[in-house]
Parts: sequence; structure tokens; C-alpha cells
Amino acid sequence: MPIAPILDVKNLTKIFGKGCPLCHDSTGPEHETNVCRRCGSVVACSDVSFELYLGEILGIVGESGSGKSTVVKLLHFDWDATFGEMYFQNTEDRKQNIDMTIDIDGKNLIALSPFIKRQTRNAFMGVVYQNPHLGLRMDVSSGGNIAERLIMANWRNIAMMRDRASGLLEKIEIPVERMDEPPRNFSGGMQQRVQIAKALSNEPLLLFLDEITTGLDVSVQARVLDLIRKLQRELQLSMIVVSHDFGVIRLLCQRTMVMKYGRIVEKGLTDQILEDPQHPYTQILVSSQL
Amino acid sequence: MLKADNLSKVFNIHILGDKVIEGCENISFHVSKGEFLGLAGPSGAGKSTILKCIYRTYLATGGDIWYDSILYGQVNLATIADPMVIGIRHKEIGYVSQFLKVIPRVSAIDVVAEPLLTRNGASANEARKKAGELLERLNIPARLLDAYPATFSGGEQQRVNIARAVIWKPRLLLLDEPTASLDRESVSIVVELLREMKEQGTSMIGIFHDNELMESITDRVYRVNPEISDVG
Ligand SMILES: Nc1ncnc2c1ncn2[C@@H]1O[C@H](COP(=O)(O)OP(=O)(O)OP(=O)(O)O)[C@@H](O)[C@H]1O
Ligand SMILES: Nc1ncnc2c1ncn2[C@@H]1O[C@H](COP(=O)(O)OP(=O)(O)O)[C@@H](O)[C@H]1O
Ligand SMILES: [Mg+2]
Ligand SMILES: [Mg+2]
Ligand SMILES: [Zn+2]
Repeated sequence: MPIAPILDVKNLTKIFGKGCPLCHDSTGPEHETNVCRRCGSVVACSDVSFELYLGEILGIVGESGSGKSTVVKLLHFDWDATFGEMYFQNTEDRKQNIDMTIDIDGKNLIALSPFIKRQTRNAFMGVVYQNPHLGLRMDVSSGGNIAERLIMANWRNIAMMRDRASGLLEKIEIPVERMDEPPRNFSGGMQQRVQIAKALSNEPLLLFLDEITTGLDVSVQARVLDLIRKLQRELQLSMIVVSHDFGVIRLLCQRTMVMKYGRIVEKGLTDQILEDPQHPYTQILVSSQL
Repeated sequence: MLKADNLSKVFNIHILGDKVIEGCENISFHVSKGEFLGLAGPSGAGKSTILKCIYRTYLATGGDIWYDSILYGQVNLATIADPMVIGIRHKEIGYVSQFLKVIPRVSAIDVVAEPLLTRNGASANEARKKAGELLERLNIPARLLDAYPATFSGGEQQRVNIARAVIWKPRLLLLDEPTASLDRESVSIVVELLREMKEQGTSMIGIFHDNELMESITDRVYRVNPEISDVG
């Protein structure tokens, strides 16, 4: 039985700065830097290759500045990759009800036009950022935040949008009567949950979660994580979870990639990464967590 | 069904100046369908390491682990890709660790019901009902069913752990000292449960600290590293 990934990423690279032929070879874990020796460009990530399978939660761990958020931002088309490839597969079942101008299966998404990237994002992806200000408009009602996203995914009927928004808020355990309040009024944990509702509103195939519990206090963290576990069970989403907290990774992810200085130094089953880490950096990371 | 062929595991601890630790060496055995193999040997001989290599929590550094998978046919568990291991763990191979890895904020009954929900497509009610019955059979008091196992005694946790692994009836079950912290009565319930599983066709590889128990419950015992003396 072949297992086909829904997302296939090859050599994803992001260089900030003008770049030069030495950028790649003078950066990375063995050079202990992500700054090019010759031209001073920052190689935020390079050679990032992996596959993501249907219904899987894949973790990315690594120290601050290692390139985790960069990878998410490139995959979500917030930033343009310097180069690299990214393929969606087996999106067929979803296509009937989605307004795409071209068939993206098997096409390198990185090389497509900004318009198609936007369409792809609206049809298949959702994201939750560490900072709710990045994902939400704080002074628009929570229902309105969700509706905005639905409009981008081509919803038009106001009553249907309201229904969908209240259904989502219920799912994420926010009282429906607070739907007309702006996220500004909410606690950090509630804001994260509204972000999650918004990210789910277009029924994405792929959800990116970037440090979504960092900075929340422990009991609130727990509720958000439990919500993610519940959603994964119910919705069969594929997710990429970025965290520097192995507790979060252990709880959510079957497979994990470890990043350092913009490179993936190790990837494997999460329990293998934790109990039998191979790369020296992973060994340090794991032993300093326990 | 499973054949370990010269399996070895060496741990390379880079942070201790590339210290090398021998986990297990040149292990060869086979397990036929429906068979129960015991692993015996002194502490530190590498018994747990062998089970973890099979389950792929550890990456073998030498040799092969041939396994007859329903999903993928004949595969080498030492080298197949991670997603296939996930598939096999999901549908075929179960593992009982010596201690329960608690899932925070999930009640005992849900910890045990979860494998049914995610595997056999059972409804939540069905799954909880079966989980409740199994836990009852394992003498977990009813009042504990809705409590979090993190607060349970060692023996209670272990029984929850066993229930979680047994409930979905894996076709190969790996057992690492499943009876270590149990009282006699619980041990005999677990033994009965394992016998039943075996009758229903589950193959097993088990480590038991009690030799007499091991001899009585397994079909055959493989001695790991017999030349090493017992250091406790
Ligand atoms: N706009 C930018 N211009 C220049 N360099 C940038 C820019 N954005 C990010 N970088 C650099 O890219 C590298 C990777 O950053 P990234 O935000 O991906 O790290 P991270 O792994 O998410 O870290 P953290 O755990 O702190 O969130 C860092 O060296 C960062 O300074
Ligand atoms: N994750 C690990 N990292 C380093 N060494 C390990 C690890 N797991 C086991 N070992 C070592 O491998 C050897 C065999 O251990 P183990 O398989 O647990 O023995 P047993 O279960 O037979 O008592 C021991 O020396 C142990 O310290
Ligand atoms: Mg970041
Ligand atoms: Mg052991
Ligand atoms: Zn350069």
C-alpha cells in the first residue's frame, strides 16, 4: 500500500540580502551561523525538504532563530521563497466546491503567480501565529474576523457565514453570545482560539501552528492544546506545529524535524527523536529539556 | 512473522565526548504467527533495547528486523520509512512500556478508549463501554475511571497502560515488564488476558522479571547476552 504525501517540499530556501555563491556553503550547523561569511546575507532556511501525510501532525523544533517560522511563512506564502519546490497532491476530493482557476496538483506552487498562491492558500490552508495581532483584526468583531476569511474563500451569503462563524466559535468553546465582541476584549487564550476558528473556517487541508501556546499561562496552554488534539481527531487535518517546547511536540506530533541555523539536522518519529536522538544538537536539546 | 537477524544497537552519545554505549549485540531470533517469545537476561543485557528497536523508538545500528506486515508485505523495521512505521504502529504492532506515558488531562477511561476511536472506527459510546469493561476486569475501581491516571498508583497506571495496548487487539504485542509493579492478583488477571489474546492469534514478545512466570506464559525463551553477569 503506497502512502502518498499531501505536501511535498524540496530544498526550500530563504535568503535575506543580496545573496552570493558562498551563502549556502558558509552557513549551517557546521559553521554555527546563518549569516554568509562573504556577503552578510541571512540564510534563514536552506535545503529544507520533507513530506507531510494526510492527517499527520509534523513538529518543528529548534532554538530561536533557527528558521522554524521562516519555513511556515514560506509554505503559507506570506513570504516568497528564494528558491525551492512545494507540491500539493491528492487534493481532488476538495476541488468540486472550490473555485480554483488552475489545477495545482503536481505543480510547483513556489513558482506560481501571487494570484494562484492566494487562491491556493484560501482554498487549502489555515495558519495560527504566536502573536494574535498577526492573525486577527483586534477591533473587528470575532464573527467579522471569521467572515472576512470566508469571503476570501468565496462565501457570499451573510446568514450562512454567520451560521458558520457561530458553529466554529462553539467548536472552539467560545460562547456564541460573544461573537460580536472584538478579540481586543478577550484573554490571550481566547484570542488564540478565535485565531484557530478563523484558520479552520475554510475547512483547510493543511494547518500551520507557530508557537501558538508560547506566552500563555500553563492552564490556558493546556486548553488550547487539548482543543488542537480534539480538532485533529475530528477533522483529519494535516498540521505543521512549530514549538521550542518538547512537551507540546510530544503531545501533538507523530513525527518531528529539528532545525538549527536554517537547516534540518534531524527528522524522525517523535519518540525516537526524544529517546534516541542522533545529531549532537538534538542530543543537547533533548537532554536540556528533561 | 518477525525475524531479528544480527540486530545490534550502539548508542553514540556525542555530548559525552562521543561516548559509545552498547545497547544490544548480534541478536537473532524469530517469532512465528501466534507464538509468544520471552526475552530473558540480566539487567542491562539489552532486552528493552531490542523491543524499542522493533517498535522503532530506537534506530538499530546493525542487522535487520524482518516483519511480515499486512499493510506493506515483508519489511525491514530497522530501515523502512517513518510513515510506514506509523502505519504499522497504528494497525499492527502494540507496545506496553514499563511505565505509563500519561497523556495529560485525559481520564483513564478515555486513555483506554482512544485507540479504538482512532483505529477501529468505533463510536465514542462503544469505545468507552469496552474500555470501562476492560478496566473493570483489571480491577480498576469504578471511581477512578473518570480520574486522570497521572494521580494513580504505579500498579494502577500499569494496568491502564496494559488496557490501552490490549484493547485494540494488535497482531504483534511487545511487552516490557508489564507485570513489574503489580500485586499477585493483578498479575494473574493480566496473565489471563494475555493468554486470551494469544488464543485469538496475537503474537507476542515479552520481558518479565519473574522467570517462573515467563516460563509458564511463553512458548520459548530467548536468552540475551547470557555471558554478562547480573549486576542488578
Ligand atoms: N525580514 C527579515 N530580514 C532579515 N532577516 C530575517 C527576517 N526575518 C527573519 N530573519 C532571520 O531569519 C532567521 C530565522 O528566523 P525565524 O523567525 O524563522 O526563526 P524561528 O526559528 O522562528 O525563531 P523563534 O523561535 O525565535 O521564533 C533569523 O536569523 C532571523 O533573524
Ligand atoms: N536511550 C539510551 N541511551 C543510551 N543508552 C541506553 C539507552 N537505552 C538503553 N541504553 C543502554 O543500553 C544497555 C541495555 O539497556 P536495556 O535494553 O534497558 O537493558 P535491559 O532491558 O536488558 O535491562 C544499557 O547499558 C543501557 O544503559
Ligand atoms: Mg518563530
Ligand atoms: Mg529493561
Ligand atoms: Zn553570501
